[in-house]
Amino acid sequence: MKINRGAIIKSVEQAFLRNDLPDFQPGDTVRVDYKVTEGARTRVQGFEGVVIAMNNRGTGKSFTVRKVAFNEGVERIFPFNTPLIDKVTVLERGKVRRAKLYYLRKLRGKAAKIKADRGRMAKATANAKAK
Amino acid sequence: MKGILGTKVGMTQVWKNDRAIAVTVVLAGPCAVVQRKTSPVDGYEAVQLGFGDTMKKRLNKPLLGHLEKSKAAPLRHLREFRGFSPETETVTAEIFANGEKVDVSGTTKGRGFTGVMKRWNFQGGPDAHGSKKWHRRGGSIGARKTPGRVMKGKKMAGHYGNERVTTQNLEVIEVRGAENLLLIKGAIPGANGSLVVIKQARKGGK
Repeated sequence: MKINRGAIIKSVEQAFLRNDLPDFQPGDTVRVDYKVTEGARTRVQGFEGVVIAMNNRGTGKSFTVRKVAFNEGVERIFPFNTPLIDKVTVLERGKVRRAKLYYLRKLRGKAAKIKADRGRMAKATANAKAK
Repeated sequence: MKGILGTKVGMTQVWKNDRAIAVTVVLAGPCAVVQRKTSPVDGYEAVQLGFGDTMKKRLNKPLLGHLEKSKAAPLRHLREFRGFSPETETVTAEIFANGEKVDVSGTTKGRGFTGVMKRWNFQGGPDAHGSKKWHRRGGSIGARKTPGRVMKGKKMAGHYGNERVTTQNLEVIEVRGAENLLLIKGAIPGANGSLVVIKQARKGGK
């Protein structure tokens, strides 16, 4: 009996993958609106920063967002496919040369700034308009 | 106890109530009922299920004759389930419901001749601080003239894995009847693609 195990796993994962989030890459500045439950109340909390890494594929996909708050670097890892992400807004698309931007941890202020990728931003707005 | 045969497909995670749950996907059934054993004839009540089609030439004549009695196609695996008497002639994954507890048996991955650290979780020796040729050894295996021998059952290096192991009280997260799939919470014994036996939990579970 021949079975395609990879195809079965994919068919199970399919329902849980989020296709509604916008495309973003390491180097982009994003705002992640995340649902937070406090007791019986649920509210949406924003986290704004630079995407410095994307990890894994499939249901386990995740990304790391870094910001500097009160002179202290703060990083948060979000599961990509969690239903707790309300929405992701791409604020700026950055031009970077590597997939993991861990070098930003050592940099502060202007040195930690990522150049905007105007080409990609223009393309994204054109795509959005076409839709 | 109701049960079914299946193939371990692999692990993934699903989201339920905003939480990620690690699950093992099992392709379970459909299993043909090959033989029903009864007390007057066999001395006990059981059902023999078959799983996994195969080529006729892979089976010998006695086995083909046995399958012929139930008009079953050539089957790769046959297993008995005591005290289980399905009403239908095929058993599918739908005998289980979401949230039910099951025991899963399989053959663990063979690890060959293995040292005591991996096989019995011995601590071994230090990696540094002047330790020389004493990193993964098991230490003393007994006393001196009394008793003058090594105790029976002493944990030592040897063959590990490739044995039947049962993991009890695993939760069925989801039953997908149309695709013959069971999503079982957590890990189950064996390599991907190996045969697993899924039974209703012996201890009932909670």
